[in-house]
Amino acid sequence: MGLISAGATIFDNGVLNHGTMTFIKKLTASSSANLTFVDGASSVVLDGTFKEYMFTFKNIHPASNAVDFQVNFRDGSTAYDAPKIATFFDAFHQENGSDSGLRYDAGGETYDAPGTGVQILSYNLGSENDGNLGGYLKLVNPASTTFQKMYSSDINCQYLNTYSIQSHADGYCNTAAAIDGVQFTFSSGAIAAGDICLYGISG
Amino acid sequence: MAVISNTTTIIDAGAISPATAGSMNLIKSITASSSATITFTHGDSGVIFDDTYDVYVFKFINLHPASANIDFHFQVDTGTNTNFNQPIVSAAGVGYHNEADNASGFTYGTDMSQVGTAFQGLLDNASPTGNDSNGGGSLTFYSPSSDTFVKLFAAKMFGQGHGDYFAAYNTSGYVNTATALTKVRFKYASGNIDSGEIKLYGVKG
Repeated sequence: MGLISAGATIFDNGVLNHGTMTFIKKLTASSSANLTFVDGASSVVLDGTFKEYMFTFKNIHPASNAVDFQVNFRDGSTAYDAPKIATFFDAFHQENGSDSGLRYDAGGETYDAPGTGVQILSYNLGSENDGNLGGYLKLVNPASTTFQKMYSSDINCQYLNTYSIQSHADGYCNTAAAIDGVQFTFSSGAIAAGDICLYGISG
Repeated sequence: MAVISNTTTIIDAGAISPATAGSMNLIKSITASSSATITFTHGDSGVIFDDTYDVYVFKFINLHPASANIDFHFQVDTGTNTNFNQPIVSAAGVGYHNEADNASGFTYGTDMSQVGTAFQGLLDNASPTGNDSNGGGSLTFYSPSSDTFVKLFAAKMFGQGHGDYFAAYNTSGYVNTATALTKVRFKYASGNIDSGEIKLYGVKG
């Protein structure tokens, strides 16, 4: 049974059109080499259904110390190698209060160079038991076959076990091909624990 | 058909009422088609921009100008005024990186910071010639209907600009008035909004 009001479907097939931020998929790491969202696999939706997608990161914890949390995008093949151009800056403050600042990281390809390598989202995450990162990544209209694919990430993490650091990575996949897969990894070692949830923003 | 429960309207006119819907609700989506401006006015065409919500979020998807290398900006107004010249105090930080990979950095966005009544910049020198170039992001207003406080806003925008550069624009400020805002206008500094969507959401808390 469905309910239609003024031509708009309010609910149908057991789904209520309630609000505009729709939970799609949650992946929980358990010593995972990567966490990967692929359109059409395991109930993941990453196509033209929504104009904006948001990944949230909760208590992402690495198996190895001083590792970078990173993302890459799939643009037509099975490889995660979409060309990207991005900026990256961070603000940091050490736990003992002795060091703080704002920094643009132009430190080479790993941080912001255009190319097909991974996009760093947060780096040098510490692996002490309480070390983790949290934040989000937004991806705009990945199914477009006309426009570049804008993405924007804000993350806070414990840097090298002794700093709070907020990292801002923003860029675009410089391709008109649709993005249909997103893969998260650490630069070395597994994702020991944590959740990544995917939401679609409708409207 | 409407659904009314204990005198509370749950559903009417094809929408769940804001009072009973989720915590982030689409209010209005406007699609540009060679549009000189896009304006959201409380009470017009289903737009809500009052104390129904504490927080309002505009989202911009694939904004594409008719003219290349052009600023995208906004202004607001109060009551029934339509001058769109409210006083704004703002600051901006911009990260940039060119496709040739020989220039990058983070800088204070002088061109997007103001103390004045001009339209407030969101994208600077946006979208060079090229069908794939576009801009997007979000702009958040906090309690725009307050009759006590100045109206804080924060934007995180991104896109291709200044030629083959990617730029991330972090702009925030306040509209320096205690009068409730009732409307928001978006436009490019010159020429039309060729295509793109602007969506207004209300966030309950």
